[in-house]
Amino acid sequence: MTDTAVRCTDLVKRYGTVVAVDGLSLSVERGECFGLLGPNGAGKTTTIEILEGLLAPDAGGVEVLGLRWATNEGELRQRLGIQLQETQLTDKLTVEETVRLFRSFYHQGPDVSALVDLVGLSGKRASLVVQLSGGQRQRLSIACALTGEPDLLFLDEPTTGLDPQSRRQVWDILAAFRKEGGTILLTTHYMDEAEALCDRVAIVDHGRIIAQDTPRALISALGAPRVVTHEGTLEDVFMALTGRHLREE
Amino acid sequence: MQRGGAHHPLIELTLARVREFFREPEAIFWAFVFPLVLTLALAAAFPSSADRLVVVGLVPGTRAEATRRALDAAPAIRVVDLSPADERRALRDGTVHIVVVANEPPTYRYDPAQDESHRARLAVDDALKRAGGRVDPWSAAEERVTVPGSRYVDWLIPGLIGMGIMTNGLWAVAFPIVNARLRKLLKRMMASPMQRWEYLLAQMLARLIFLAPEATLPLAFGSLALGMPIAGSYGLIALVVLVGALSFAAMGLLLGSRARTIEAVSGLVNAFQLPMWLLSGVFFSSANFPAVIQPAIHALPLTALNDALRAVVLDGAGADTIWRELALLSAWGAVSFALALRLFRWR
Repeated sequence: MTDTAVRCTDLVKRYGTVVAVDGLSLSVERGECFGLLGPNGAGKTTTIEILEGLLAPDAGGVEVLGLRWATNEGELRQRLGIQLQETQLTDKLTVEETVRLFRSFYHQGPDVSALVDLVGLSGKRASLVVQLSGGQRQRLSIACALTGEPDLLFLDEPTTGLDPQSRRQVWDILAAFRKEGGTILLTTHYMDEAEALCDRVAIVDHGRIIAQDTPRALISALGAPRVVTHEGTLEDVFMALTGRHLREE
Repeated sequence: MQRGGAHHPLIELTLARVREFFREPEAIFWAFVFPLVLTLALAAAFPSSADRLVVVGLVPGTRAEATRRALDAAPAIRVVDLSPADERRALRDGTVHIVVVANEPPTYRYDPAQDESHRARLAVDDALKRAGGRVDPWSAAEERVTVPGSRYVDWLIPGLIGMGIMTNGLWAVAFPIVNARLRKLLKRMMASPMQRWEYLLAQMLARLIFLAPEATLPLAFGSLALGMPIAGSYGLIALVVLVGALSFAAMGLLLGSRARTIEAVSGLVNAFQLPMWLLSGVFFSSANFPAVIQPAIHALPLTALNDALRAVVLDGAGADTIWRELALLSAWGAVSFALALRLFRWR
């Protein structure tokens, strides 16, 4: 068994004339939490969806848990947990029914009630999805990603739009997953989230990785002269690398 | 294989769809209440023709009083006073079946293309000549025989059941699929180990749970409240209904397989079912259409379903008579499912 959870080399994905991913390579070690940071439209979601086997790259190689999508899709789907950006689960199902539906697809994993407890939704077991708050829905979505006791978790903007309390709750769930030896690859806009969760981050822009290291190392590499008013943060690094202009989707 | 308290995915997927349906009150109305209301309304609008009065529009003339007395004396005739100006409109709208101008001799105005007007002409002529002193050479011995199942409402109910199976099969399958695609739920399902065919099959199976009440209610209502005879075997009726429902659910899958918006799928479903509402003999017999297009009409799945249902319910036909219809329906279903599986857009 290899020590690398995810490895991709020279990924390219084009939509017409737009190059969404432009020769991107990265590798994530087992047990690591790896963050993809980048402005809107940088190619984060396209990259993670290629790694998740939902999009085929135009060029480049992908290896997940030492397996390939073309030949091992069935096994990979059993061993991965995936949370997509913007999925709306069925409004008229309850929390428990939703988890049970996803649980039925996996050969192994915790009981339905244990999963509901794990994400702190015990009190909402019988509530319809439509009645949940944004934070509760996000935790339900993570419960669905955890149903198969995955080795590797892909999370696309797991806390976007959540209030600070809900974000901390999600972080706690992810920390517990890592304690059990799980690997995480996530995308985020939040620098504090990357600093709090990630062992290493890659900053992506225009479909390429423009910097990659531990959050600490990136901050210190930025150097004192550029950050004079306060202690350097990952956000300073991010702004220095990707520029100040606004990105539209 | 342990599933942590969950059933087989096919069962869970089907249950999810069934729960979703029963938690939408509007869907319940369209599936169960609407067909009953429609049956009642149509039964009231089209009573069997023997019960209906002939409505005569009387236009004043030289013998107005005598004509009125003669018509009033006839039991099955109702007289309405008309001014010459209203004649045409009353005939066109069907508020009168014939116009009688009360002269000596009277003038009858009616549309010979309409059965109602023919009946009215016979009744009026008979009543007026009798009052005028006609002597019949003899009167026939009459034996009134009511053939069970010959009323319009008897003919209509199997057609309404067929139409309900089509409409619900198409909508209840195509619409939620497009909705799930819009919400990126299909994409999320694809990211799990779920099997694609299980998802599609579950959408069809979920339809069967609603089928029993959908078909049974109008049949029971027709039989108990309206006295419709059920000539064929219940088992065979159930088989026809089952094959029809699965087949239309598969067509629903196909119609929902690519659409990305609710508007697009609505247009597709309507474009597909509208011709069948007209051509497949729901409200009036498809035999009325010209012979040239009959082969096309008989290739339509709703024609097959309605023909098979009427053959079993009204004529007591056996499986040997309706196997062609069942085979045609199954072919529509199988081809649609295979195409849907190939064309389906999961993102």
